[in-house]
Amino acid sequence: MEDDAPVIYGLEFQARALTAQTAETDAIRFLVGTQSLKFDNQIHIIDFDDENNIINKSVLLHQVGEIWHMSASPADKSVLTTCYNTTSDSRVATSAAVWRMPKEFESGTHESPDDSSNNPQALELLCHLDNAAQGNMACVLWEPMGDGKRLVSLADNHVALWDLEASSTKATVSSSATLEGKGQLKFTSGKWSPHHNCTQLATANDTAIRGWDLRSMSQNFCQQRGLSANPSQPRRAAQDPSRCLWGEKKNSTRLLFFPRVWSVRYNHSHDQLVLTGSSDSRVILSNMVSISSEPFGHLADEDDLSDGEDNHQEEKSKEPLQDSIIATYEEHEDSVYAVEWSCADPWLFASLSYDGRLVINRVPRALKYRILL
Amino acid sequence: MDADLSVSAASAAPESEVARKRRVHGMLKQYYGINDEGKVAAEEPESRDPCDINGPHFDPELYLNKLRKECSLTELMDQESLMVKQIRSLDSDMQTLVYENYNKFISATDTIRKMKNDFKKMEDEMDCLSANMAAITEFSARISGTLQDQHAQITKLSGVHTLLRKLQFLFELPARLNKCLELQAYAQAVSSHRRARSVLQQYSHMPSFRGIQDDCHAIMEQLAQRLRQKFRDGGSSAKDLSECVELLLQLDEPAEELCDKFLSHAQSRLEADLQGLEAELREAGPASGPTALLDPSGKPSAAPVAGSPADSVSPMTNPFLSPTSRMDILEFIDRGCNEFVSNLCLVIASYQELFINRPQEGDLASKNIPQMASGKLHSFVDSLATRYFSLVERRIQEEKGVGDNSLLVRALDRFHRRLQAISKLLPGSAVPSQGTEIVVQAARERIRQYLSALQSFYLDSLTDVRQALAAPRLSVGGSAVPASGTLLGSSSGGKDAAPSLPELLSSLSASILNQIKSVLASVHLFTAKDITFSNKPYFKGEFCSQGVREGLVVSFIKFVCQSSRHFCESAGDRGGSTPPALLLLLSRLCLDYETSTISYILTLTDEQFLVQHHVPVTPVTALCSEAREAAQKLLNHYVKVQGLIISQMLRKSVETRDWVNTIEPRNVRAVMKRVVEDTTSIDVQVGLLYEEGVRKAHSSDSSKRTFSVYSSSRQQARYAPSYTPSAPMDTNLLSNIHKLFSERIDIFSPVEFNKVSVLTGIIKISLKTFLECVRLRTFGRYGLQQIQVDCHYLQMYLWRFVSDENLVHFLLDEIVGSAAHRCLDPAPMEQSVIEVICERG
Repeated sequence: MEDDAPVIYGLEFQARALTAQTAETDAIRFLVGTQSLKFDNQIHIIDFDDENNIINKSVLLHQVGEIWHMSASPADKSVLTTCYNTTSDSRVATSAAVWRMPKEFESGTHESPDDSSNNPQALELLCHLDNAAQGNMACVLWEPMGDGKRLVSLADNHVALWDLEASSTKATVSSSATLEGKGQLKFTSGKWSPHHNCTQLATANDTAIRGWDLRSMSQNFCQQRGLSANPSQPRRAAQDPSRCLWGEKKNSTRLLFFPRVWSVRYNHSHDQLVLTGSSDSRVILSNMVSISSEPFGHLADEDDLSDGEDNHQEEKSKEPLQDSIIATYEEHEDSVYAVEWSCADPWLFASLSYDGRLVINRVPRALKYRILL
Repeated sequence: MDADLSVSAASAAPESEVARKRRVHGMLKQYYGINDEGKVAAEEPESRDPCDINGPHFDPELYLNKLRKECSLTELMDQESLMVKQIRSLDSDMQTLVYENYNKFISATDTIRKMKNDFKKMEDEMDCLSANMAAITEFSARISGTLQDQHAQITKLSGVHTLLRKLQFLFELPARLNKCLELQAYAQAVSSHRRARSVLQQYSHMPSFRGIQDDCHAIMEQLAQRLRQKFRDGGSSAKDLSECVELLLQLDEPAEELCDKFLSHAQSRLEADLQGLEAELREAGPASGPTALLDPSGKPSAAPVAGSPADSVSPMTNPFLSPTSRMDILEFIDRGCNEFVSNLCLVIASYQELFINRPQEGDLASKNIPQMASGKLHSFVDSLATRYFSLVERRIQEEKGVGDNSLLVRALDRFHRRLQAISKLLPGSAVPSQGTEIVVQAARERIRQYLSALQSFYLDSLTDVRQALAAPRLSVGGSAVPASGTLLGSSSGGKDAAPSLPELLSSLSASILNQIKSVLASVHLFTAKDITFSNKPYFKGEFCSQGVREGLVVSFIKFVCQSSRHFCESAGDRGGSTPPALLLLLSRLCLDYETSTISYILTLTDEQFLVQHHVPVTPVTALCSEAREAAQKLLNHYVKVQGLIISQMLRKSVETRDWVNTIEPRNVRAVMKRVVEDTTSIDVQVGLLYEEGVRKAHSSDSSKRTFSVYSSSRQQARYAPSYTPSAPMDTNLLSNIHKLFSERIDIFSPVEFNKVSVLTGIIKISLKTFLECVRLRTFGRYGLQQIQVDCHYLQMYLWRFVSDENLVHFLLDEIVGSAAHRCLDPAPMEQSVIEVICERG
């Protein structure tokens, strides 16, 4: 059974930021943010037509600076946040803002590529996440499955919880916390846990992973990762801090096989499928049965994920022997900085490399059927 | 004159006399033509000669003529005198002979006359004798005739006498039996009674006999009672007991009951033995904690003697003994053998003598006693042996220390040997095979213990190595710091610590090998020729191949590989707890194992144990490939760890600097110098254990010229379009085209077993990290220039370590390119200035 060939899309600029349009569950849509110091940066909206294997793109201008991180609101298709670099009088600062896409883009029905590429429209600024006191913004995270009202921002060594007003035009810091420790600690990445009423947050700084309780804004666990010398600061992503931690432990050995992993993503529905993008310009899809919340081959049930914490103990006893690399994708020619699963189709994912190449791939069919059946 | 001559001749020499006589005879014979056979030898050739004076055909005329013709006068004279002399001697000889003959004839006549007289006398005496004989014969016949009727009478009388004596015996029997009873001479009583029994039975219809019989019965009943009592009391020895049983059996006691009683009695005594052993075990139990640490050879000599009687009574009575009275296993087995097994053998032997092997007498034979008895015996022996075995097993299990194997082997040997006695006594018994099973089990257990001992030894020696590595490392850290930039300084600093690496390696592998050898030697004791169980099929086959080879040697090698791999894997959790040098060392160790040590060890094992592989065993090649895999993993991990250490330095240096607002570069940054230093010391370290390896051929003076070409032409061309804002596509296009022509670099490609490959891997990792970090930053003009300077410096020194210098070029190129790309004001520095700065540094 041959698999569909990967679909490749090239951007003119270098790019690091990639996100799926979280609120969109029908169309397969990814957002890519570019990085360029000299030209106006852009956000490319990539629509993938699954049946015809065709990509439709739309371009929005993002004039304030190069995009380092991007995330889409889970509630409103047209709202997204970016973390961007601004340079003013030889000072480089990173800040974040909430944006709204013009109406015609949000639904994806806007299909006039000639029009948009010639005359790209700009994003509509909703509000800045004003963080001058806190330092450089590393990433902004939406409350998963929320109503698009709460955000968490990670900046240097500060965590801040923001409340958005209904119109999203004003954001206020409701609580914040500071990471304290030896040396100059900086957050590199974070992920909001969808469990426990979204009160858990996992963050990564260098090689340590920390869990935060957002109600008290206190740190509730810390796992110093063993592979302290790995400079690649794998961007951890997990649905749940404990799973993240667990996956981390397990992965520490696997990491040797995934050199310089920049991005890790669990499949939303089948969490044994782990996607990693690394600087050896490979994307690796692996089957981590040992960290799965369900036995391999069992029909996935998304609701089951809620008791992931309890499953956690059982998982340990399971044989991790079946952990294996399913596929390695080598379509990229530069370091891959971002990988993302599609929100609409759990068997589809996109990867973005530094040279601006976006590749859309599918899970091999054979494996897909083995998991489903 | 004749007599005179003979006398003189006889007196002169008797021998010559005889010889002369013979000669004379011979001459006479010759003269008469008679040879020795008494025939006339007529046709002899020389006798035909007429000139032969002794020949028969002598012709005096011819002879005379001849003489006259041939001889001179003097010769004739001589001849004449000679002849006269001869004639004279012949004459005298003849006279002597005639005289002798005459004498002999006279004496013979005298003798014959005398004989005639004697014979006459003898004839008279013979006549007298025959007359006497006739008279004797007549008398004898007459006597026997008279005595005939008296003889019959005497026979009858003697018959009556014996009968009377028997009757007397019978009448005296009760009294005698009583007396025997008093004297406790039971055997005599029983034999007496047996003799009388049938008679009494036969004549029991007569009242007098009946009385006797009744008396006897009563007495015998009493006796049997006493015997049973004695039997029950059980204080007596096995010999007494068997005698007792024999007597009872003769008294028609039911055999089955006796068997049971006998066995139960024996059991109680054997049980006492077992309890003694058990008490020993129990007592040893609590004491085993402290004493297990002691050398097993330092055995308490006095303890068993003093301890054994007391032990069996109560172990609590002598608490002082408990710490020291721990027997070693040999003593324990000895005691078991001497007390239990020998008693058991004694019981079996006497039992068999009593119940099984006795000549089958009429009434006993019908009851099929032997079958019944041997069935009982078997179950009896089995049950006791099971208990004994369980005790022995417990004792063996306590034998944990692996120090002295010979003691255990000897103990097992003794154990096994003594059981052979049982097998001889009881051919069908399962006991010996169970015993063998225990021995086998113990051997298996032993192998397991040795394996774990080897493993812990290995881990201990690794810890030692780790400590040895840690100690000099500190001193290096001190000495390497002041070596500012000069490669010589840092490499000599590395040398202070490094020479111990090969030594550590060799001492580690030697000590492991020695340990394996000594373990093999210990295990080999199990198969020694003088050990009885060594010729069992298990010890010939499975023990050698499955046990020693697979279970011990192969498992250990696998363990070594596995623990090595563990170092790679666990490093993730425990951080850099494994010093990189140890990784390197282990990698070399595994590689050595692959190339030689494994096959050596296995050959050694096969030779020592003459392994015959009935079952498939792990082949050498599989182990070798496993070792190689482990070596590869370790080396890969080493590369990663070292690469990451350098990467970390580079990363920190890039991340902590404000590249936008930096000043114009004046120096190479210290970090780069440090990187080069560290790389050099790694180079030295790896070079101690691994060979150089091959490089790709590079141009003769590649260090400077290539770089200058690269930086002036290619690099300029690359980011020239960036600051002339034409089309944004150009940058990407150019870099993509460039990438099309350069090979894709696999950063984490597997490392080969040589120095160059290792360093190539490390440098690749480091530079790639540098690249990634640069891409995360934004640079000002001088930031870019600083990167240029740093890269040039790295280029100057790093090319010599790698297999393909183009790799370094490419990565550095990429770094500068990325920096330029992320630069707000990309104005590259003049190549000549860069060179000056680097030279100065």
